Amino acid sequence: MTSTEQKKRTKPVTPLVLTGIVSAALYVALLTNQDFLNNNFAKGGLYAFLPIITAFIFSYFHGTFTGHFWTMLGVEASKKKKEVK
Amino acid sequence: MHDVVAQVSNFIHLDVANITYLFLVGFVGGLVSGFIGSGGAFVLTPGMMSIGVPGLVAVASNMCHKFPKALVGSIKRAKYGQVDLKLGLALGISAEAGVLYGAHIQESIKKAFGDAGSNLYVSVAFVVILGVVGTFVLRDAWKTYKSGTSHEEEKVTKLARWVQSINIPGTMVYFKSIDAKVSILFTIPLGFATGMLAATIAVGGFIGVPAMIYVLGAPSLMASATELVIAFVMGLGGSFKYALHGMVDIRLAMIILGGSLFGIQLGAMGTTYVKPFMIKVVMGVIMVIVLFSRGLMVPVYLSQLGLISTLSEQTAKILKSTSFTIMISALALGAFIVLRAMWVGRRAEQRELQGAVAHSKA
Repeated sequence: MTSTEQKKRTKPVTPLVLTGIVSAALYVALLTNQDFLNNNFAKGGLYAFLPIITAFIFSYFHGTFTGHFWTMLGVEASKKKKEVK
Repeated sequence: MHDVVAQVSNFIHLDVANITYLFLVGFVGGLVSGFIGSGGAFVLTPGMMSIGVPGLVAVASNMCHKFPKALVGSIKRAKYGQVDLKLGLALGISAEAGVLYGAHIQESIKKAFGDAGSNLYVSVAFVVILGVVGTFVLRDAWKTYKSGTSHEEEKVTKLARWVQSINIPGTMVYFKSIDAKVSILFTIPLGFATGMLAATIAVGGFIGVPAMIYVLGAPSLMASATELVIAFVMGLGGSFKYALHGMVDIRLAMIILGGSLFGIQLGAMGTTYVKPFMIKVVMGVIMVIVLFSRGLMVPVYLSQLGLISTLSEQTAKILKSTSFTIMISALALGAFIVLRAMWVGRRAEQRELQGAVAHSKA
């Protein structure tokens, strides 16, 4: 096995832990500040940007975390090169 | 609209049971969306309403979880070379117009005929569109399976060949998924119809994906992946529109997103293990089952409008709960087919690899 192949097979422990911590922190913040969110994120007008920006932030950190999560469990895409057509 | 805001500004209290329920439904919805490009929303919106979320907040919050989910899913599937970004954006922009027009029609019907009229319109749209398109998709998948050609390259339909042969100067655009130039005068109405359906039944992909496959000639895998781009564009615009009126409950949206991002990663990976016709199988099965679910509700709304004799409260209750159960089982069955196909594909690949290693050792 070449070093490149070995590198590819390395489990993404550090990114998983880092994104996991950020993702968990985001959800803790979401659930512990429900009154604040209900009062400020639903005001309409320019406040409309708040839920949109929040959704992007969650999707980045939690999306990266869930990707690494499945990789850690050994669930990955097929290694065969797939012809789409 | 501000009256509506005042009515819905009290978002529901969330307990552990509600959070777990939303997370799990989000996961299953995400799994199916990652695979066929859409789905899940038709269960999520009534699912939220069943725990006391007002209708408009449920629609808005669903939309706000949809666009980040579609973003993550489309990036994942783009890595597998399945996304046609240009086609997705072209259809997505016209779909946005369709969403606005569809929402306008909904509002007009609601004003003229009330909630029952609006619900009847949605149910009839479900039954007619899913009946026609769903049956067609499922029949096509069945024919492919029976003919034993499921492993071969997908054939472009006659209609798609005709669409690709039409040359309207100044409107032709090359799309990599189709590997041909197509006039945007064809993509605009298809995107518009996708958006209108999304505004009506929350799942535009039931028109978008079959349209890309059968009308434009895109392969199933690329069509379902490109649908995620359309969902992102539509979802982002729709969420912003609802957020302007303060109707998005960010807590609901993010909890559903929490589950659906686990699901969408899995569903997207699933597409690399299956034969393309499986996209049609999952989509067709879900469409046909959901059709029955909504069909059951038609008598309830007809009775509310006084168009047929009034149903007893008990009968209406039974019809409603049966309809909701069938709808959930449609999504669960779709998820089961995806997971099973992925499992079978992975095992076959592992066996092949082991065989290759044994052969090289020998």
